[in-house]
Parts: sequence; structure tokens; C-alpha cells
Amino acid sequence: MHAPASPEPVSPTPPSGGVFVPRTRVLDAGDVQRAVWRMAHEISERNRGTADVVLVGLASGGVHLAGRLADALCDIDGTRPPTGTLDVAFHRDDIGLRTVMPHGVTDIPVEVTDRVVVLVDDVLFTGRTVRAALDALNDHGRPRAVQLAVMVDRGHRELPIRPDFVGKNLPTRRDEVVRVDGDGVEVGEVQG
Amino acid sequence: MKHLLGVRGLDRTELTGLLDLTDSFRAVNARPIPKVPALQGRTVATLFFEDSTRTRLSFETAAKRLSADTLSFSVGTSSVKKGESLKDTARTIEAMGVDAIVVRHSASGAPWQLARWVDAAVVNGGDGWHEHPTQALLDAFTLRSRFGSLDGLRVAIVGDIAHSRVARSNVWALSTLGAEVTLVAPRTLLPPDTGTWPVRVVNDLDAVLPDVDVVYLLRMQFERQGAALVPSLAEYVARFGLTRRRADVLRPDAVVLHPGPMNQGVEIAPEVADDPRCLVLDQVANGVSVRMAVLFRLLGAGPVSDPGGSGDV
Repeated sequence: MHAPASPEPVSPTPPSGGVFVPRTRVLDAGDVQRAVWRMAHEISERNRGTADVVLVGLASGGVHLAGRLADALCDIDGTRPPTGTLDVAFHRDDIGLRTVMPHGVTDIPVEVTDRVVVLVDDVLFTGRTVRAALDALNDHGRPRAVQLAVMVDRGHRELPIRPDFVGKNLPTRRDEVVRVDGDGVEVGEVQG
Repeated sequence: MKHLLGVRGLDRTELTGLLDLTDSFRAVNARPIPKVPALQGRTVATLFFEDSTRTRLSFETAAKRLSADTLSFSVGTSSVKKGESLKDTARTIEAMGVDAIVVRHSASGAPWQLARWVDAAVVNGGDGWHEHPTQALLDAFTLRSRFGSLDGLRVAIVGDIAHSRVARSNVWALSTLGAEVTLVAPRTLLPPDTGTWPVRVVNDLDAVLPDVDVVYLLRMQFERQGAALVPSLAEYVARFGLTRRRADVLRPDAVVLHPGPMNQGVEIAPEVADDPRCLVLDQVANGVSVRMAVLFRLLGAGPVSDPGGSGDV
């Protein structure tokens, strides 16, 4: 049985379980900070400020990034947009195929109807998490628009989903694992 | 975890995992649309050989909020009246394609027997005087929500321990999670085997009240008590009822739990039942979330061969 993971900024991508063995550091902490700044500027530019913007991090990997984007937007526009956490476990399409457990508790402290929701995740891969997130978000209201911000787009999409704001486009093999944390972005394998 | 038969034997990690999962479902239940598609296409049957209002409704609500289909079976309107056995009844229901069976039965151990006969996941909704695991889980969840942790929490379980599956399941759940449990009852309402339980047993309610964080009142189960086990109701109330005078002795942050239905004026005074420190309605609300967690844990967990499953895809 798995307890929901604590909201620390570590989230291995599949295959699930095993031990992550990093091979290459793709971005260091400074690169990530610069990417956060650029993405925040893009979010502000696209939405002409952040008046109606809500940043919703996907549990657990996107929560930390959502907070950093909100901090950066606060520096840019003078107000910090509201942030929330969305856990998509109960909306996934692979329940029953593998062990699906929540990574956090959903908490969106503001009304999303008629606002612009920016979904934030650390890694965009098959797109299935984002598909589930769009469904989950529906239960909270009807946003005016939904946008997607990810630190790494590693390809291998299985659904027609694309990001609006990307920190780094990173071509990968399917069996590789990408890890995003406070110190940067690493590519490696899972062993065991 | 294939079935949820009893709390006894579940370790702390397993219990904590279920309570953490319950946190997620409580968030779902707080939303305008308290429903998720998690168990779409699954079927949950409730098979109740004893009367119940809240447990059955709570399980059915839980299943529906997970988008599962529900089948309801009660003895009064079924072929059990024609002499159909538990085994045949269960197999008939299973042949209709159910994924989980919630069973309540007056015979202790009936859910274990059922689990040997069917492939579906079996959830014990109360068996005889033996176990009522989802009640203990919802009580533990209610207390964890209020106090943050059960470690070192002093809990007095008061009343008819002997006939209470709620008391038995709670003893195991609360003590596994770190609470110090004291049983308070007249000797005639104590079971003979408490010596092997992780509890303290006392006969004087007034002696323990000032020092406890939680008073868990059990229902006087008149329908289960064969002989006169207490001299009179008035004497029981005088010694073991949570009267207003006794409630005044409680610590200000103490809380009162009751599994319901309450016999107001017997184990609990009406004024105490209405006191904000009485968390009965929290218990009922949390019951749905806990049962969603249990059903999701049993039916949504995927193949047994999957060793991990904590990664994002």
C-alpha cells in the first residue's frame, strides 16, 4: 500500500518502481530557474497579465513547479496568481491495469469557472496524465481556457495533447526515465 | 489486499495507507460533483443478512461515487426465506458478475467463509460480535482528522463490549495506530478474552473520564443481549451513561464518538449528543470516504503481480 507521496519535487516517470539511476544531467539548477522565468513571461504574455490565471500543479511532480511559476509571475506582474493541487488518480484510464494510488490530495482553493487554468507538470510523456487532469478539472467547474506548462516534453505522445509552455524539449527513448527536482533535470534508467 | 475481512492483522502501514487514501476521497466528497469515474464498469453487491441503515447506505453511496454499479440484497425479500444457503446466495450473486461483495451476517466469521467460496473481493460489513472493520477505519480517520495523529491518544471505549464488533475492531485499529485504549464496562458486559488484547480494563467510568481524549460510547444492544446482564437500565445509566454532569468533567478538547444508532438517555444524554464535541455526524460523513477508499483499494489496485506502481505515466 502506498501513502500519497509528500510534495517534494521528485517524481520518477515510468516504468514505476525500482531505483532511478541517473545517466546525464540535462539541465542544472540555474537552467531550470531560467526556464521557469521564461515560461512565466510566456504565461503572462499569452494571458496579458495574470488577472484570471490559476496555476494548478499535478500531484506530485507539478506542484513544486506551479509554486515556482507563481513566484516568478509575482515578480513579473506584482501579484501572485492563486495555485492549487490536482491529483488525477481517480480519473486515470489504467485503473485495474496497474496499482493506481493518489500522489496527493486535490486542493484548488479558488473557483475555476471562467478563469484561465494553467495545468503544470514536471514531465509530459504519453499525455495520459493530462487527459485525466482535464477530466478531473471538469468536476471543479468550466474554465474559460486550459493551458499546459511542463518543464520537460520528452515526446512519445499517445493522445492528441500538446503543451503551451515548455522548459525543455528532450528527445528520449521510451524506456528511459526523466527526473525533475530542485537541482535540475536528469535522464537515466530505472533498475530493479 | 484482496479482501477486507478484519482489522486484526492489518499492520500500521496498511492502516495508514487506507487513511491517507481516505483523505483523497474526502476531498472528492467536498466538491460540488462528488463523483469520480475510478470504478466505472465494476459492480459492488451489498449482501446484508442483518438490519442496517447507515452501513448499507454508506457502502452504496461510496460505490456510486466511484461510478461502480450497485446490487442490493436483503434477506427480507430474497430466496433466503426459501432456505437458500449463504454459499448458494453468494454464488448466485457472483454469477451476475459482481466484483465485490459487502456482507453483513449475524454469524462471526461468515465473511471469511464467503471469501473462500467466491472470486469477488469480500468486504466485511459486520459479522456477529466479531469485527466491523470499516467502522473502526472511519473512527480512526475521524480521530486522526481531529487530533492529527493517534499516537498516545487516550481512548476509553465504554459500554457493551461483549456484544460489540465495533469495540473489537476499534481495539485493534486504534492500538495499532498508537492509541492507548481503555475498556470501561460492567463485568457482565466484558468478553472473557480481554486478557490477550492490547487494552486496560476498568469498571469505573468516573475514574477515567478526566484523563481521556476520546470517549467512545457503544450502543446498548438490547436485541443481542439474551439475559439480563445489567440490573436495570437506570443503574446502567447511573454508572456508565455519559450524562451532562459527566461530560462536564471531560477535558475541553476531548471528543465523544458513537457508532450509532444512539439510545439517547441511555449511553448518551441528549444534551451531550448535541454538544459540538460529539462527532457522530463527522463519523457518518467520513464513513462514505473510508468506504470509497476500501473499495478503491480492493478493486482499483490492479493486478497482484504489479510490484510498485507509484510512478507517473
